[in-house]
Amino acid sequence: MWQFFHKLGSPRWFYRISSAVLPWLAVITAAVLISGIIWGLAFAPMDFKQGNSFRIIYIHVPAAFIALAGYYVMAVAGAVFLIWRMKMADVIMRSAAPIGAMMTFISLFTGAIWGKPTWGTWWVWDARITSMLILFFLYLGMMALAGAYQREELGSKAAAILALVGTVNIPIIYKSVDWWYSLHQPASIKLTAKPTIYADMWWPLLMTIIGFYLLYALLLMLYARMEVLRREQGKRWVQEVVD
Amino acid sequence: MYFDSFNELLHMGGHGVFVWPAYLATGVSLLGLIIYPLRRKQKLVRAIKQRQRFTEQEKS
Repeated sequence: MWQFFHKLGSPRWFYRISSAVLPWLAVITAAVLISGIIWGLAFAPMDFKQGNSFRIIYIHVPAAFIALAGYYVMAVAGAVFLIWRMKMADVIMRSAAPIGAMMTFISLFTGAIWGKPTWGTWWVWDARITSMLILFFLYLGMMALAGAYQREELGSKAAAILALVGTVNIPIIYKSVDWWYSLHQPASIKLTAKPTIYADMWWPLLMTIIGFYLLYALLLMLYARMEVLRREQGKRWVQEVVD
Repeated sequence: MYFDSFNELLHMGGHGVFVWPAYLATGVSLLGLIIYPLRRKQKLVRAIKQRQRFTEQEKS
């Protein structure tokens, strides 16, 4: 167990293992994501209230899931870095930020497009939407802070603290649709109950959600590998890997 | 397929103008997210190799 933990903290070990995993992960991710999207766009039935615009759900919901899950990844990595000073935790924290920011942007952007035909407006200051916008700014602030110091370690510490403080926003986002019910609809999918959407619409959605999670793992690996290589470029193992 | 023709799939009963741009924007964003670290890494590798060659020249 401890040995595994120790290995996990080694950038060299991470680089080697991820090189082996990456091609497989890429193929599986592409297969799941592309088939899920084609299913959702062309084969799932139409929503009788919203019409075909509901098909945006197959990217909007998965992107929003990852925006939130990605924040947990970043905050937990930040905590591990603050407590144990693990180098790899810092790498993961820094890698999670741009991915999370982009996913939050995608969920906001597709949500705005979906809002036009459904609610008649691109944007409302609804609690769910506003708290997602705050999440977007948290990601951006964390990226700016991480890069703002001459000594990188100081930037990592400051960013980790910001990431941890920002976690208060996460339960607010989850609960916002129940606490302040306005335009955004409450969750149709819960871990604890059967989903309240039709199975024909639900299966492709489940598939794109899994696809986005796989894509997240893939992206995190790509960014972490880039960061590891940048930090360790003077080390001998990098010289050997490059050859 | 749910739609009767390819044209109907594009049109989506008038909602195609919302659905397709949403997917296109997402696709472009995700592609950028994938390409950025790959290109950065490529540049890094090139720089490291160049330095290697330089130090080898110094030695000989």
